[in-house]
Amino acid sequence: MEHYGEQTASGFLHVSAESKEPYADDIRDSLHRDAQAIIARYPVKRSALLPMLHLVQSVDGYIAGRGVSFCAEELDLTEAEVSGVATFYTQYKRHPNGEYTVGVCTNTLCAIMGGDRIWEAVSEHLDLEHDETSRDGKITLERVECNAACDFAPVVMVNWEFYDNQTPESTIALVDDLRSGVAVKPSRGPDRQVSFKEMSRVLAGFPDGLADQGVGAGPASIEGLKVAHQHGWTAPGDSASGAPADAAEQAGQVKDERAVVRDAAGESLQGARESTANDKAGE
Amino acid sequence: MTTLTPILSKFWDHPQSWTLGTYEDNDGYQALKKALGMEQSALVAMTKDSGLRGRGGAGFPTGMKWSFLPPPDGGPRYLVVNADESEPGTCKDIPLMMAAPHFLIEGVAITSYAIGCNHAFIYLRGEVVHVYRRLLRAVEEAYAAGHLGKNIHGSGFDLDVTVHAGAGAYICGEETALLDSLEGRRGQPRSKPPFPAVAGLYARPTVVNNVESIASVPPILLHGADWFSAMGTENSKGFGFFSLSGHVTRPGQYEAPLGITLRELLDMAGGMRGGKKLKFWTPGGSSTPLFTDAHLDIPLDFDSVAKAGSMLGTRALQIFDETTCVVRAVDRWIDFYKHESCGKCTPCREGTWWLKQILGRLEHGVGDEEDLDKLLDVSDNILGRSFCALGDGATSPVTSSIEYFRDEYIAHLTHGGCPFDRDASALFATEKASV
Repeated sequence: MEHYGEQTASGFLHVSAESKEPYADDIRDSLHRDAQAIIARYPVKRSALLPMLHLVQSVDGYIAGRGVSFCAEELDLTEAEVSGVATFYTQYKRHPNGEYTVGVCTNTLCAIMGGDRIWEAVSEHLDLEHDETSRDGKITLERVECNAACDFAPVVMVNWEFYDNQTPESTIALVDDLRSGVAVKPSRGPDRQVSFKEMSRVLAGFPDGLADQGVGAGPASIEGLKVAHQHGWTAPGDSASGAPADAAEQAGQVKDERAVVRDAAGESLQGARESTANDKAGE
Repeated sequence: MTTLTPILSKFWDHPQSWTLGTYEDNDGYQALKKALGMEQSALVAMTKDSGLRGRGGAGFPTGMKWSFLPPPDGGPRYLVVNADESEPGTCKDIPLMMAAPHFLIEGVAITSYAIGCNHAFIYLRGEVVHVYRRLLRAVEEAYAAGHLGKNIHGSGFDLDVTVHAGAGAYICGEETALLDSLEGRRGQPRSKPPFPAVAGLYARPTVVNNVESIASVPPILLHGADWFSAMGTENSKGFGFFSLSGHVTRPGQYEAPLGITLRELLDMAGGMRGGKKLKFWTPGGSSTPLFTDAHLDIPLDFDSVAKAGSMLGTRALQIFDETTCVVRAVDRWIDFYKHESCGKCTPCREGTWWLKQILGRLEHGVGDEEDLDKLLDVSDNILGRSFCALGDGATSPVTSSIEYFRDEYIAHLTHGGCPFDRDASALFATEKASV
């Protein structure tokens, strides 16, 4: 509370002596093959740097000194240039990461919907602050920024998979399961939770074959579609084929109840449109 | 009365909505086949005629952006899709790409053909790994079906698509920072001009468009520019996602013609949570000045929202009821801008830091009324003086909240802290109370 300006203190790029130990030959060979595949995706070599940093995280679990050296060698960059990029982006970890990054969204919308309470509960439960890792190496706890799932607030991310509509209790149960090895499943994601290293390899652009698992859309994503089905609303020129018969009946009732409100809103909308048209901002 | 128009979200309730098969059952890739039989200039003209304006926040006419490319000089030209959706409150592109990624892929193919691009990029924020899987899979399916690759459907047109994952930086949603990031650098904005149309990716002519803009291209081509422009308002044609979040009964994605009002949307979403009173909301993300319950009937189109003092932005309607402390909300948004400021320019780097210091004090009841003037003064020194729109955006919640809720800031001082009960705002607190 006394540090009003401080939300986080993420520390510096950690380059321990062991993090500079060279890769074993077989790992180095496979990293090199992967790097070549990444480089081939781009017209200019340097574009491969961000995916390659994800790639070295998939081996080391963070951006180790040898990972920096490797990227520099493969891309003809200096280590300073690679470090400069690695330290700019929050997904590149500066010290060994846990098997699961648990990120609680504490941006405004989620925070107010309960994210702050979730953060307090899980931080106390794990005795971890932002960007700290549990002693068993299982969990790295983070406060994360808006993850584009506000209609599922409050949101928790595990290795950047969505766990929607969380509560303090559900998140504590989630981290307990992760720590004890009980299988957990994201709300919108594959059938199993992948590890930090597995996730990093996907972000480097190497698919793990899980794309066809999980839902297409979560419940909130199709709220509007449901309303449209209920009322038989479609885009111009479309048939109302999607609307189930019973829903159409319901829609009739809803329409009656709300007709007055809508008509009133429609009139004011019409007025506003006319005034907009008259205004014609000639920019 | 405005009704919803499910177009991009039409089959999101299909259990396998993301697959090529489902997409093809819903007219998928018919527009591409049509496009390949057309003149490139006709496609640009069609997009201009439709009135489609960028769906990523700024609202720049999409077809006009395409037409700004210089004439072909034999070298490469690029399409880069901005899929870095990170503006607080914005949550439309991510569900679109998760549920129906082929809309985007087909749009990329058509747009690339229209602008003469043979290698397109989709820059996805890195923090959505399942969306990345879906995009990679969709691209793979599209190649296998001959919608991408060499000599697409016998047209002689070649296109490669690379889906690129970022690594966590809001600033990469700014188009020139995105290009620097895609080039393997720190994501910091570039000086403009030159604009990307002239010198973009690898200093070559480049079009940067938002996901929803590009995904809207196939339906426009299939149904015609007139079909599109018949929806919406005078200067805001067509449809778009309205993303309702916060204290509403049924938050979610509502696809509707531009010009719909929050009152209409709230009605569709079951009203405010627990019948509580609307206090404030953002029309288009946290970088757009706040609205209050006095703005329920503003048509949500570019001109009307601007005239009322805000911006349509990304139609990210974050809705807060009377239990919410506006100082807490703004303080947290400024945390975000401070954290995400890239550090390139002084007004933003230093200014967001100072805003945070002062707001943090005020939320805890420390400071005095002069701090409000200081906040406005700092904001004045950021707005219009920053390198890019991140700094400008940071001032929006500050200045608009002081305009509408000055008394609430003062109440923090007289109360010696925040007078609100945080638990009353939380979703689960309410659920517990009502059980």
